[in-house]
Amino acid sequence: MNPSITLRMNHALPAEHRERLVRIAREIRFPQDARIFEEGGRADRFWIVRNGTVALEMYVPGFRPPVVETLGVGDLVGWSWLFEPFVWQLSARTMTPVQAYEFDAVAVRLMCEHEPDFGRAVGHWVGRVLAHRLNASRARLVDLYGTYDRNDKSDRSGRS
Amino acid sequence: MTAVPVPHRVVSRSPETSDTVTLRLEPVCEALRDFVPGQFAMVHCFGRGEIPVSMSSIQATGGLAHTVRAVGAVSEGLCAARVGDVIGLRGPYGTGWELERAYGRDVLVVAGGIGLAPLRPLVLRALAEPESYGRVNVLIGARTPDDLIGRKEWEFWRSAYTGVTVDRPDVHWHGDVGVVTQLLGRARFDPAGTWAFVCGPEPMIRATARELHHRGVPRARIRVSLERNMRCATGHCGHCQLGPLLLCRDGPVVGWDQVESLLSVREL
Repeated sequence: MNPSITLRMNHALPAEHRERLVRIAREIRFPQDARIFEEGGRADRFWIVRNGTVALEMYVPGFRPPVVETLGVGDLVGWSWLFEPFVWQLSARTMTPVQAYEFDAVAVRLMCEHEPDFGRAVGHWVGRVLAHRLNASRARLVDLYGTYDRNDKSDRSGRS
Repeated sequence: MTAVPVPHRVVSRSPETSDTVTLRLEPVCEALRDFVPGQFAMVHCFGRGEIPVSMSSIQATGGLAHTVRAVGAVSEGLCAARVGDVIGLRGPYGTGWELERAYGRDVLVVAGGIGLAPLRPLVLRALAEPESYGRVNVLIGARTPDDLIGRKEWEFWRSAYTGVTVDRPDVHWHGDVGVVTQLLGRARFDPAGTWAFVCGPEPMIRATARELHHRGVPRARIRVSLERNMRCATGHCGHCQLGPLLLCRDGPVVGWDQVESLLSVREL
């Protein structure tokens, strides 16, 4: 199974675990520009985007919060709910009207504690999402679109 | 193909970004042989020198367009060219994208920064022949919104999916934020039956090609456009050597299956 699919909950979890999770999901709609959660708040829920775009923002004192990443269809919104201290590391805002599945994180954590197989599967799924985002962040750190000259003064077509 | 620069007149000059312009050129007298999308010309700025630049537009009238970013003496001279100025071209050189190989298949175009320019003729051709290809997806990434080229154009492309993302948004940007590979999850394509065409800085090409392969696109169906220090453009001087390849002759467009291992060698 390819990574693009395994990042998505529907395919990342074995069917029996997926069904258990879906049973406690509820469908939810957010209008455009809605605050889904705030940095520093209690991470007691998480979402899977069904439609629309969500921006992740970081609080910078005195400035408009910069968008550090956008998430779209099939993406997991929120991972802090799985790791102590269960506090949001970023804020999330809808850039468009958004339809999503919402999950009660406390209920899911309890399920993880009581059923080790289920807990491992959920941990593996979220871990893969985190690894993917870490790789993307590292790519941005090295400047994916930067010019890396092989000559002292490259004057090729400047493809960057 | 000629080894002597053929004079072409600048008939229009369109600034794309603060340091990038698109020059539309018409032959002063003799026209060069037909280019195919993906091929490049050696563009001569008289008194400064010449650089390789891929075609960003190919017209039936013999007119051509080059998108040039000012990064050195020659490209700065080209970017400063005014309408009516004459510059020299020789070519066409190298391999093309070979879009026809994707006949009946989904087409995925991934561009980074000014890398959209060489892909532009391919996109236009694919969109002009919707019956010949499956879903056409265009993914565009850039460092900042100010680094995006062709904005007036791609907003109107009737592709299955056109995604645009930047690494560093400004306060006016309301689009996606993140690396271009993150858009792959939103594009509509069947990996096993897709042809991908990738152009941009080499780190972006490597990251994209690897991700595409992980997603199930066969290496041989990932076509990438590479750059090296092209001088003669005829495969004689060896400046553009990449392992066994001379990219002016065997490239610039090559299959990822040909170059993946070569790009992992530190000395190359």
